[in-house]
Amino acid sequence: MGKYLFLGDEAIAQAAIDAGLSGVYAYPGTPSTEITEYIQASTVANGRGVHSRWSVNEKTALEAALGMSYAGKRALCCMKHVGLNVAADCFMNAAMSGINGGLIIVTADDPSMHSSQNEQDNRMFGNFAMIPMLEPSNQQEAYDMVYDGFDLSEKLGYPLLLRITTRMAHSRAGVEARPLKMQRPLSFPADGRQRFILLPANARRRFRALLKAQDAFTAESETSPYNAFFDAQDKGLGIIATGIAFNYVSENYPSGFEHPVLKICQYPLPRKQVEQFASMCSEILVVEEGFPVVEEQLKGFLGTGPVVHGRLDGTLPRDGELTPDIVAKALGKENAACYAVPQIVTPRPPALCTGCGHRDVYDALNEVAGSYEGAKVFSDIGCYTLGAMPPFHAIDSCIDMGASITMAKGAADAGLFPSICVIGDSTFTHSGMTGLLDCVNEKTPVTIIISDNETTAMTGGQDSAGTGRLEAICLGLGVEPEHLHVMIPLKKNYEDMKRVIRQEIEYRGVSVLIPRRECIQTLKRKHSTKK
Amino acid sequence: MKTDIILSGVGGQGILSIAAVIGEAALEEGLCMKQSEVHGMSQRGGDVQSNLRLSRRPVASDLIPLGQADLIISLEPMESLRYLPWLKREGWVVTNSQPYLNIPNYPGMENINAELDKLPHMIALDAEEIAKEAGTARVANMVILGAAARFICIEYGKIEEGVRRVFRRKGEDVVALNLKALRAGFDATMQIMT
Repeated sequence: MGKYLFLGDEAIAQAAIDAGLSGVYAYPGTPSTEITEYIQASTVANGRGVHSRWSVNEKTALEAALGMSYAGKRALCCMKHVGLNVAADCFMNAAMSGINGGLIIVTADDPSMHSSQNEQDNRMFGNFAMIPMLEPSNQQEAYDMVYDGFDLSEKLGYPLLLRITTRMAHSRAGVEARPLKMQRPLSFPADGRQRFILLPANARRRFRALLKAQDAFTAESETSPYNAFFDAQDKGLGIIATGIAFNYVSENYPSGFEHPVLKICQYPLPRKQVEQFASMCSEILVVEEGFPVVEEQLKGFLGTGPVVHGRLDGTLPRDGELTPDIVAKALGKENAACYAVPQIVTPRPPALCTGCGHRDVYDALNEVAGSYEGAKVFSDIGCYTLGAMPPFHAIDSCIDMGASITMAKGAADAGLFPSICVIGDSTFTHSGMTGLLDCVNEKTPVTIIISDNETTAMTGGQDSAGTGRLEAICLGLGVEPEHLHVMIPLKKNYEDMKRVIRQEIEYRGVSVLIPRRECIQTLKRKHSTKK
Repeated sequence: MKTDIILSGVGGQGILSIAAVIGEAALEEGLCMKQSEVHGMSQRGGDVQSNLRLSRRPVASDLIPLGQADLIISLEPMESLRYLPWLKREGWVVTNSQPYLNIPNYPGMENINAELDKLPHMIALDAEEIAKEAGTARVANMVILGAAARFICIEYGKIEEGVRRVFRRKGEDVVALNLKALRAGFDATMQIMT
């Protein structure tokens, strides 16, 4: 116990440990990675045998977490927002079966796409699955929501979705920790088979149970300490602020709110409070980080009732992360800059590190692919996506984890030649392996480059699930041994690399090339710890 | 009493260590604080910044509103200019004068210096050079923090305590080296201002 300076991610991790966690399951993804890393480094968690190894992907992570919950213990599952797309099958059905030991699923959304390919708001997913959701406005709330959340999950019998955004995940503040609780013993629900075997007969019953549970979820929101009403004089406008957006509203009223404010950090919406609020204010401004989730719910289809302003009517921008300045403008205030950015200031985009093996892969690949008219390179999610930037301009796509192999397949099926793809080792085991099997089964003419740096580099060098076994995995999936090549991406090997790439492009079947050289960041770290 | 600080630089220069030291010092001083960091893709040699807000009263927003920062602490001269819209009129800029050249179109230093010289409250110093005198160029970030220390609403002694806490794990030598660099930066500012 005591006061700590915690990132939002760390507050969640510490709270889970203190609440008697038995296992965290996750695949690294900015901005969620630090939750699991914190638990991995925790002496208390390690002393208690808390599971914290990385999972192969978000789907396997959530399924394992649900399994641990089924066995009676408390489990945490963390992912970035797009990770929930991967885990969606299990997520939607975990809401049907319900849980046994407390289960909290953390989604770390990334509005403004600081490190992501979209800015989806997973409160939509929470509503879709119809489970209770929590959205902290500060680090202390993040701690408390997780610490008490396991109890709430067990009381209701359903998983909870904890939604944070990059700003909460990666912002530090003082947090008061609470006493360490016992872990739960192994136990199985008496009605386990009726709940966890989602055959149609059971599933229909479970869906009706979930529908019925909505009232209990709403009642929890209506009595939640995280949903709060602040009265003020001017009721011409009322402000509903959710999660971290509440802070931006507060920032604009340093000496107290001028309009009534309803702070919402627990969902489903607290119906009673919202109705009271709506009857008291002539117009409502909804300030929320992400999509207009609450705004749409308030507006309804016909838009009757009080006028609702927000991201839909342009009072706030429809896209991008909120800032105190954007919110100020919506409140009729204005923060002005005193100094402009001088024109000479030039952008400094991220780039592949000097000495990175991906650089050598792209240099060699560019030369060979450049000699074929119409060659396309499908790429994937990772450091090597920076191959899109100058001086490489080496790739043609980056959509979702694992998409490179399957997109190259589809393009080859369409008649594209040569159809090439570049994927990292960790992304390959995350969700590239299944696509490779598709290619093998149809003997599709694709050239697959698994650029192996033996780590999950972009998120800071976490273990990669297939390290040391990539060749065995490929051979096991049916890649022909004579079309599987390992190479060391170094300048001195360029001629060899180019020869092999060309030879395998010319082979009209599945080829896998594995350029392998350790990430220079993890290598540096190893050297500095040895010293 | 409050200090709103923007820390800026290039990924890998050591901004997060500065933030961690100030954070520990603020906790020691009993201040409320929020500190927003950038992790992830932008750390790969791109521009990075951190918003640090210290106050006697609870801090609402994790982000500093436009025109309200009291201080920009920068490990790179061009990067200090990128965040000027957040600086208040009478705010201070404390920056390393040595550029970090990892882009092909980096502007001429004479232009950068001309822009810096326009600012009413600006201190630029060669942090690498001062750090080398203290022992190694790797502690340039602590030199810059030391140079900015007098503009932060925390006693110097508490900032030293922050350095001890953050670097304790790495051994006494590392702590001593960082404290020396911090002091060298602090003295450099004193010299410029007197």
